[in-house]
Amino acid sequence: MDTASYYIQALYIFFLAGFVGFMVISRVPPLLHTPLMSATNAISAISVVAAIIIAGSGHGTVVTILGIIAVAAAMCNVVGGFLITERMLKMFKKGKGQTEK
Amino acid sequence: MTSSTLINLVYLISAVLFILGLKGLNSPETARRGQKLAAIGMLLAILATLVQKEVISYWGIIIGAIVGIVAGVGIAAWTPMTAMPQRTALSHAFGALAAALVGVAEYYHGVDLNKVRMTSIGSEVMLGSLTFTGSMMAFGKLQGVLPGAPWTYKGQNVFNISLLAVMVGIVIFLIFVPSASFLFYIMVAMSLVFGVFLILPIGAADMPTVIAILNSYAGISASLLGFALSNNILIIGGAVDGASGFILSILMCRAMNRSITNVLFGAFGKVVPSDSTVAAEVGPKTVRSGTPKEAAELFGGAKSVIIVPGYGMAAAQAQHGVRELADILKERGATIKYAIHPVAGRMPGHMNVLLAEANVPYDELIDMDDINPEFPDADVALVIGANDVTNPAARHDKGSPIYGMPILEVDKAKNIIVVKRSMNPGFAGIENELYYNEKTMMVFGDARTVVGNIAKELTDHSR
Repeated sequence: MDTASYYIQALYIFFLAGFVGFMVISRVPPLLHTPLMSATNAISAISVVAAIIIAGSGHGTVVTILGIIAVAAAMCNVVGGFLITERMLKMFKKGKGQTEK
Repeated sequence: MTSSTLINLVYLISAVLFILGLKGLNSPETARRGQKLAAIGMLLAILATLVQKEVISYWGIIIGAIVGIVAGVGIAAWTPMTAMPQRTALSHAFGALAAALVGVAEYYHGVDLNKVRMTSIGSEVMLGSLTFTGSMMAFGKLQGVLPGAPWTYKGQNVFNISLLAVMVGIVIFLIFVPSASFLFYIMVAMSLVFGVFLILPIGAADMPTVIAILNSYAGISASLLGFALSNNILIIGGAVDGASGFILSILMCRAMNRSITNVLFGAFGKVVPSDSTVAAEVGPKTVRSGTPKEAAELFGGAKSVIIVPGYGMAAAQAQHGVRELADILKERGATIKYAIHPVAGRMPGHMNVLLAEANVPYDELIDMDDINPEFPDADVALVIGANDVTNPAARHDKGSPIYGMPILEVDKAKNIIVVKRSMNPGFAGIENELYYNEKTMMVFGDARTVVGNIAKELTDHSR
């Protein structure tokens, strides 16, 4: 596949993913907006996969060091993001004797 | 099947799990299960990447991963809920830093810098760098290591926009002359500086919007990185995060009746109304100040109480005391509801998380549009550390800087108790008419102490 047609395809993916994200996230109640932020933050830390490739591809010292710092920063968001989201969500409890909506 | 096909299939599964994870956040009951799915998706993507044939050496990855995991676990375990806005700003900084560094490394490595690839790398590094320093600035302001007040000077916007224009110009130049590496690094440095200047004029109270905007930037830079690396999971993960930040920014702006440009360039907190009319219009006014004991008497016969929390509750760590007071009132037969304004606190959803931490059931936390019709029936509205979001001037005073902002209609309650440190106006520098309402009793003091004293009066009384 030539470069141009890959980028066209990538644009499709970008817009469709953004649209799906928009639809799904518009339905998140304000109650959960703080956990939402930490959850999407953990998900966008998917850039850790790019950092891993950079850090492990052996393209010389400079590239490797940049990669290591990137792995550390992204990994911190992955782990911290999911753990803190879980910590917050655990606190949300329904009241006693209240009926389900 | 080749290994790269297999890896791409795993990425596809991860993407689906991410979307399902976010879908879980539609309700508190399904949220935790959703997050587990998203975490599994992340784990799969990382494992698939580790076996890619490009990865030939593991020591660097291991060092980075250990540092990241230790820091992540530490931050997640010890961040108090009141510090959640700072933590969020910091995580945007880390995300943007990772994306920017990978972009710089790609450029430095310099393989196949064709026009399209250079476009994505250039714009990604620019956005990532300015988001990194911008988020660090936001972190500093929220943490209190930097002054929270806006910092403005003459010609600020002209300076910032010129800086941005030069940066964009360099990126465009690099697309045609990718070998001009000197300019590339100047652009990186300028972006880092721009991030600082971008956040300088923004006050701490505007942080809910700013955090959401930075969230969006961090997501978009991760997505652009996906374009540069031809990596679909990065495009998807980043796009979803970008969309989330975008939605939240819109919601926050709407809740303040302001545009995004106004938040970014308006230096709201600095705006002391240029004319003296605002202060004069309020006219002669009296404030009724009361003691916790008098407040407790008001609560005495209350059947329906609405609690209105704001940043002051977070600053005083009063959420547990508030819940204890609510428990006492409930025992006495009152119904308790909490009125949550979208921009109360320092980040979207801040109040909800704090009250959930204090064991307030989430079905007592009511959003602005749903609670407003209930104020006229409330015997007592208790305002704790909330200010501008309760100011009736937003409804009728066209001269007020907050005119048109949707507010919690606290003034319609039968009795109003405001717990506040002093008569100092809020971040917008505007007097709150609510305090001069004849139904209002001001109880001055630290929110936690005052709430504790009211609770004590109530229990002593019933004995």
